[in-house]
Amino acid sequence: MFGLTALELARIQFGFTVSFHIIFPAITIGMASYLVVLEGLWLWKRDTVYRDLYLFWSKIFAVNFAMGVVSGLVMAYQFGTNWSYFSSFAGSVTGPLLAYEVLTAFFLEAGFLGVMLFGWNKVGPGLHFFSTIMVAAGTLISATWILASNSWMQTPQGFEIVNGVVVPVNWLEVVLNPSFPYRLAHMTVAAYLATALFVGASAAWHLLRGNDNDRVRTMLSMAMWMLLFSAPVQIFIGDLHGLNTLKYQPAKIAAVEGHWENKPGEPVPLTLFGWPDMKKEETLYALQVPRLGSIILTHTWSGQFPGLKEFAPEDRPNSTVVFWSFRVMVGLGVLMLVLGLWALWLRWKGHLYQSRQFLRFATLMGPTGLIALLAGWFTTEIGRQPWVVYGVMRTKDGVSNHSALAMSSTLIAFVVVYFIVFGIGTRYMLKLVAKGPEDHEPTEDEYVAGRPSRPLSAAPDQMELFVPTNRHTKG
Amino acid sequence: MGIDLPVVWAVIIAFGLMMYVVMDGFDLGIGILFPFVRNREDRDVMVNTVAPVWDGNETWLVLGGAALMAAFPLAYSIILSALYLPLVLMLLGLIWRGVAFEFRFKADPHHRAFWDQAFAWGSYIATFFQGVSLGAFLNGFAVENNAYAGGTLDWITPFSLFTGVGLLVAYSLLGSTWLIIKTEGALQARMVTLARPITLLLLVVIGIVSLWTPFAHPAIAERWFSFPNIVLFSPVPVLVLISTWLILRSLQGEPHAGPFLLALFLLFLGYSGLGISLWPNIIPPDISIRAAAAPPQSMGFTLVGALFIIPIILAYTAWSYYVFRGKVKVGEGYH
Repeated sequence: MFGLTALELARIQFGFTVSFHIIFPAITIGMASYLVVLEGLWLWKRDTVYRDLYLFWSKIFAVNFAMGVVSGLVMAYQFGTNWSYFSSFAGSVTGPLLAYEVLTAFFLEAGFLGVMLFGWNKVGPGLHFFSTIMVAAGTLISATWILASNSWMQTPQGFEIVNGVVVPVNWLEVVLNPSFPYRLAHMTVAAYLATALFVGASAAWHLLRGNDNDRVRTMLSMAMWMLLFSAPVQIFIGDLHGLNTLKYQPAKIAAVEGHWENKPGEPVPLTLFGWPDMKKEETLYALQVPRLGSIILTHTWSGQFPGLKEFAPEDRPNSTVVFWSFRVMVGLGVLMLVLGLWALWLRWKGHLYQSRQFLRFATLMGPTGLIALLAGWFTTEIGRQPWVVYGVMRTKDGVSNHSALAMSSTLIAFVVVYFIVFGIGTRYMLKLVAKGPEDHEPTEDEYVAGRPSRPLSAAPDQMELFVPTNRHTKG
Repeated sequence: MGIDLPVVWAVIIAFGLMMYVVMDGFDLGIGILFPFVRNREDRDVMVNTVAPVWDGNETWLVLGGAALMAAFPLAYSIILSALYLPLVLMLLGLIWRGVAFEFRFKADPHHRAFWDQAFAWGSYIATFFQGVSLGAFLNGFAVENNAYAGGTLDWITPFSLFTGVGLLVAYSLLGSTWLIIKTEGALQARMVTLARPITLLLLVVIGIVSLWTPFAHPAIAERWFSFPNIVLFSPVPVLVLISTWLILRSLQGEPHAGPFLLALFLLFLGYSGLGISLWPNIIPPDISIRAAAAPPQSMGFTLVGALFIIPIILAYTAWSYYVFRGKVKVGEGYH
């Protein structure tokens, strides 16, 4: 297809399916923790706002979770179907880590999800809260294992190669490999940020439409606190992660910075924008700030770090791509910080819920958490190339022997199905968001008969068009 | 002394796949039965009987894949790349029906029929290609230098297509007998009516597979028909006949859990028959579990977790089924 080789098609297929997939677990991770907080606040303070928000977001969580499950199932099999040489070579490390993820996380989430979504009236409040906590714990445990596995591929250690196969010799070293703590922290905070931005945008959208009530305000307020706290933390973690990458994967940093060579004794400038050209071996149209590269990456006034030309051409990641994906991530991160600070300022001034400019900005920022997260993954994964296991196995040696025809047919099938299924699913999610959190004060009848709605749907059977309401419960 | 890790892992993976067949079998079966039930309320009830648990059921399939990669990475890489197309089709089927659980209830009214179709078709496609993969697996794979050496379409054989159809029959029996437990009234009566012919059909399928496999594979014939194996294994076909008869008998009167449990037992027999045919190979026709095993460091590390955690998983899964016990009524939701 388009003259692409089977290897390129395999990479596109994996990149496509994993990029689609990661969106859902990211929201699942953040949302599950958010739901724990909401249910905890409801049980603690008995303020119905928290209960209503819990029931509202758990519907959206359910749709998102289902999409995460089915897109994740594909991933568990794709290592074997598409990357069979990688799997037979390194499955002895990545297999056990994935198996632990299934055993300690997937089952936990799935086992308690049913009670969490459908058990509101079937079990007591304590058990229900426990189920929510187990689901949230499952999402975090899941992230831990899969990032241990991914980080091992980035910074492998604790193994030997015997008869052409990876043999783990020290599992502690395998799991606690050098980039793992940074990647885990960075990803978890990214998931929280993405969720906070999504929740915040939903609330801001409702406020812009005049749907102003306690529930919507609480959503916005909680999301903005989360953002204010997480965005600076994320920038700090990102910096540490970058230093760690420089130590273990210097070629990736050189590519990210579009940095080709050092001049003897001179500090490294930071290239803000430019076009790294892999053939010409230089960054065209570079807009540079002197010394800033040294300061950011070596935390010294004039330190140097390796340039791309110090690596053989066949060992260089594609600088054009990662230079830009990195800048998209960082740029959006800065905007998140701005949004959090702006919210703090307005809160102090007392019109957080009224400033239309701010609310518009918050709405626009809704998807940016996910975009930044994807850009970050592109940076780290494309930056790992040409290796699948860094320094140990090249990507081209890991791919299965499928024909380009077989690869392109399945790629087309995945693209078509994913866009239809997940496109429609996302639309349903947004429609649920647009309905807004409702006052769930049950009538006497409902207490007796149980809630009238359908399973998986606290959602009503039929979705009416959104009608903006103007209910002020209090405040 | 020491644990025979490859054998232990073969047993764990066999157990995991059995759990998958037991649990996801009936919920795929519900999708397979969809075309036989037209009424929307009945369809809602059918889906509601599994809505809280389907996700956990499907997780056993993920465990199967992950455990295979952990314990037998060579088998994982060879089998999965040999079965590339049927597995991709199975996964696509599972995507359609998995999201349909959610989307059926959240769709715009004019989308609903579409998601019902997606649920049914997804279930048919996923089941059929699971069965095809099973058949292709039994047929064995061409392997050279520890890699799959066959063609992209080698999995298409009359036998594998037949096992694909066979699995549709098997899962529809699980689905109908599950619904006998979980429903009442006209829907339950309908399931009883359907379960009878399905049971007989399944007996025919099992019979054909049992004859076809040894006929096509002399090694498997040798396994079953040599002395003393023929005596040792003779309870399997006898029990198949007895349990089929018991299912038919239990469908009379007022059936409850009996048909479902017996159907599970019947499938368990078929499953153990496959085990007998294949042992000790994990990549038929001739790569054994020992040859495909991961290094002991990998198997041992994962085994510690598996032995501790699987019982806990079984406990909370059982709890979840207990919470949602009893008949599901028309119009009844869980919230």
